[in-house]
Amino acid sequence: MITSIRGGNLLSLNNVSKEAILEVLDTAESFVEVNKRTIKKVPALKGRVVASLFFEESTRTRLSFETAAKRLSADVLSLAVASSSVKKGESLRDTISTIDALGIDAVVMRHQSSGAALQVSRYVPHVHVLNAGDGQHQHPTQGLLDTFTVRQVLAEQRGTTGLESGAELFQGLRVLIVGDIRHSRVARSDIAAYAALGAEVRIAGPGTLLPSSLEGWPVTVVDDFDEALAWADVVGLLRLQKERGTGSFVPGLGEFTQSFGLTLERQKLLKPSALIMHPGPMNRGVEIDSRVADSSQAIIERQVTNGVPVRMAALYLTIAGTSEGSDND
Amino acid sequence: MSSTNERQTPNGGLTFFAKNQLLSADDVARGLKRMAHEIVERNELLDDVVIIGLQTGGKPFAERIVELLRDISKSEVPMGMLDVSFYRDDLSLHPVAKSAQTIIDVDLTGKTVILVDDVLYTGRTIRASFNALSDYGRPKAIQLCVMVDRGHRELPIRPDFVGKNLPTSEVEAIVANLEGVWIGEKK
Repeated sequence: MITSIRGGNLLSLNNVSKEAILEVLDTAESFVEVNKRTIKKVPALKGRVVASLFFEESTRTRLSFETAAKRLSADVLSLAVASSSVKKGESLRDTISTIDALGIDAVVMRHQSSGAALQVSRYVPHVHVLNAGDGQHQHPTQGLLDTFTVRQVLAEQRGTTGLESGAELFQGLRVLIVGDIRHSRVARSDIAAYAALGAEVRIAGPGTLLPSSLEGWPVTVVDDFDEALAWADVVGLLRLQKERGTGSFVPGLGEFTQSFGLTLERQKLLKPSALIMHPGPMNRGVEIDSRVADSSQAIIERQVTNGVPVRMAALYLTIAGTSEGSDND
Repeated sequence: MSSTNERQTPNGGLTFFAKNQLLSADDVARGLKRMAHEIVERNELLDDVVIIGLQTGGKPFAERIVELLRDISKSEVPMGMLDVSFYRDDLSLHPVAKSAQTIIDVDLTGKTVILVDDVLYTGRTIRASFNALSDYGRPKAIQLCVMVDRGHRELPIRPDFVGKNLPTSEVEAIVANLEGVWIGEKK
């Protein structure tokens, strides 16, 4: 069990303790203030070098990680994989060694293969590795920013702050995660984060898009989707991932929408206070109706906004932190 | 004084063991009152003054100073809180401390900022705060108000308002709050 990510890596949210997750969320609260200022920059990681390696396309994760690193005053080495030697057949190990030879402190990596981030952390043990999504395995900063966003919104509704409420707001919180669970690294990280913080998690989706085994997953599968919508405090939708061959798992997009899409009709089943989330990019009209996505219950834009402070916290704690106790007189 | 015999430092790191109480709550209250009067004397028009408490030890002192200024001059001085964790030059020496909120709602350009802290020691926190403040505007002047100056400066920094000068040894630790000032050690 990892009790703090200070001075370490962020590869997965499995086996990460509640305290470690809260430490990231609380640190991110401090960075929210930095992001609201005219000068959105602090010198915490001045002179440190963060390499950003995206072997798979991404808009928000890449931009938000690079923005986060820059706001901490780190230098960012950004590898455009499409125009790099990777296209000439260079192996992952050689690509990492080359970048490491330039002198880096951390690597932010997205890769199509599950376990790629862990593998890199073994190649370069002296470099902090932050997983920005590996295949169908994990997307830890998404799990962190989703729980951060939920805590922030619930705290505001109760007239308190995320920092003051700690993990309290997650006690017994009912979270429903819907859609392509099988291929989703977001679902795996979200489930781990919510469960560690004390929430009750249920999943819903067509049988073909549920994992083949749920052994060890802290979730229950929903029988009746409509009933579950009325039960939930938070509904987390997932993107139907065409690039991972979802097409062959469902008869058609239309049929998926009919049985598990969050349509305008289904939105009426939700509690008025229920929150709707989506990690993006959205397939409007497939897993979520466009009007639902733009409704006041949806907190999708806040998820994107919070990506920066949460990733600042992840970079700051892993790179600047050491694992010993703290004192700074 | 049993409750203050052992206490966590604000960062949740080492534990402080008190040996002697050097100032009572009354001493602290008198010191604050005197400093508030000195602040008014030096900054006749409190119009441009902003009080900034340094997190976390300076916060209660800053709040008290604002109350005292209200009593003395009947004017409401704006207050902010500053956490300098992300501006420290010793991040690699000290592990990351638990950060606290920074709340500064005023543009500091043209203002006289009075920094308030509990204990002035090496001066590195104050140096970090200069960097931080410059990200909120360009103050006309910065003045420094501390409850205790314990010496051992590593930088050319000098306080403008001091509650009490307490020469100490570097192995000792000082804790100052509204209830008093103690000397002891950190383990």
